[in-house]
Amino acid sequence: MAHAVNHSAPAEPASADVHAHGQQPSIKLYLVVWGWLFVLSTFSYLVDYLQIQGYLRWGLILLFMFLKAGLIIAVFMHMAWERLSLIYAVLLPPVVVLVFLGILLIEANYTLLTRMTFFVTAP
Amino acid sequence: MAGPELTGAPLPESRLTRWRSIVSDWAADQRTFKHVSWGKSMMWIFLLSDTFIFSCFLLSYMTVRMSTTVPWPNPSEVFALHLFGQNIPLILIAIMTFVLITSSGTMAMAVNFAYRRNRRKTAILMLVTALLGAAFVGMQAYEWTKLIEEGVRPWKNPWGAPQFGSTFFMVTGFHGTHVTFGVIFLLIVARKVWRGDFDTGRRGFFTSRSGNYEIVEITGLYWHFVDLVWVLIFAFFYLW
Repeated sequence: MAHAVNHSAPAEPASADVHAHGQQPSIKLYLVVWGWLFVLSTFSYLVDYLQIQGYLRWGLILLFMFLKAGLIIAVFMHMAWERLSLIYAVLLPPVVVLVFLGILLIEANYTLLTRMTFFVTAP
Repeated sequence: MAGPELTGAPLPESRLTRWRSIVSDWAADQRTFKHVSWGKSMMWIFLLSDTFIFSCFLLSYMTVRMSTTVPWPNPSEVFALHLFGQNIPLILIAIMTFVLITSSGTMAMAVNFAYRRNRRKTAILMLVTALLGAAFVGMQAYEWTKLIEEGVRPWKNPWGAPQFGSTFFMVTGFHGTHVTFGVIFLLIVARKVWRGDFDTGRRGFFTSRSGNYEIVEITGLYWHFVDLVWVLIFAFFYLW
């Protein structure tokens, strides 16, 4: 994600102050990303509007969500221009959340099983 | 990544491979995040902790939604609005999403103009961002009012699983609080930019140090994070 944006960032004819803070991406890049976020949000909305169901729905929701999140982090939050030590310090720890997600998936299924077994009476 | 073409000055680390640059940064007996100010790295660390908070909210939402034996209310219908003589699903949420994304765009441009020391454009763009944020909170207040009038409570609702109300108020309420604090933060910094505090070196709040335009970028990081969280909430709570 960070690497792809890097190449498309045009160099800016910068003042001395801009140089002091590293190269700033151009306004045009922000407008392009903004446009893409609009398009991706529209697609997400259409997933619901067109009543797409099942795995296709969940897959599309996740796809558009990750694309939007990636654009926001990489360009708007300038992550693409940070040093790798900061990038990994911020982006790696949330991956551990996936372990918690796995634990809670098991737990939720188990809770559902016990509820179905003991509490739900047949109609 | 941190090559000479991006940071302006050639760095000795640019000769190392990517992984070796990480190892040398983290093994250094000086600062780990080179060329990153304490304010910016602390904001990143705060945002990381906030990520875990919102992860916990969304994971607990997932757990109660998966484990309930009562059908979950259909968000597409719950959040529909009656407009132009027909029910449009999720339309208010879609508008809120576009408003927040637009505010993120204006914020990104404010950061850019701040580093060009364009006080006027920076302050105006930050005020526009704050205004859009306030509009978002206003629409959320409307949404809450509508749902409360329809009988949604943290412990029950007319359509199905009672956990719907508790997770809805908790998740969107916490996010709305973040947006509100962001608007206040934006207004404070925009006022300082407008007044020229960062050009004259005037000493300011929290630290009594004279700040610089980096505070605009740090404010922007927070604001973009709020937008990022909304992307997740929109996907998992409203669309799923």
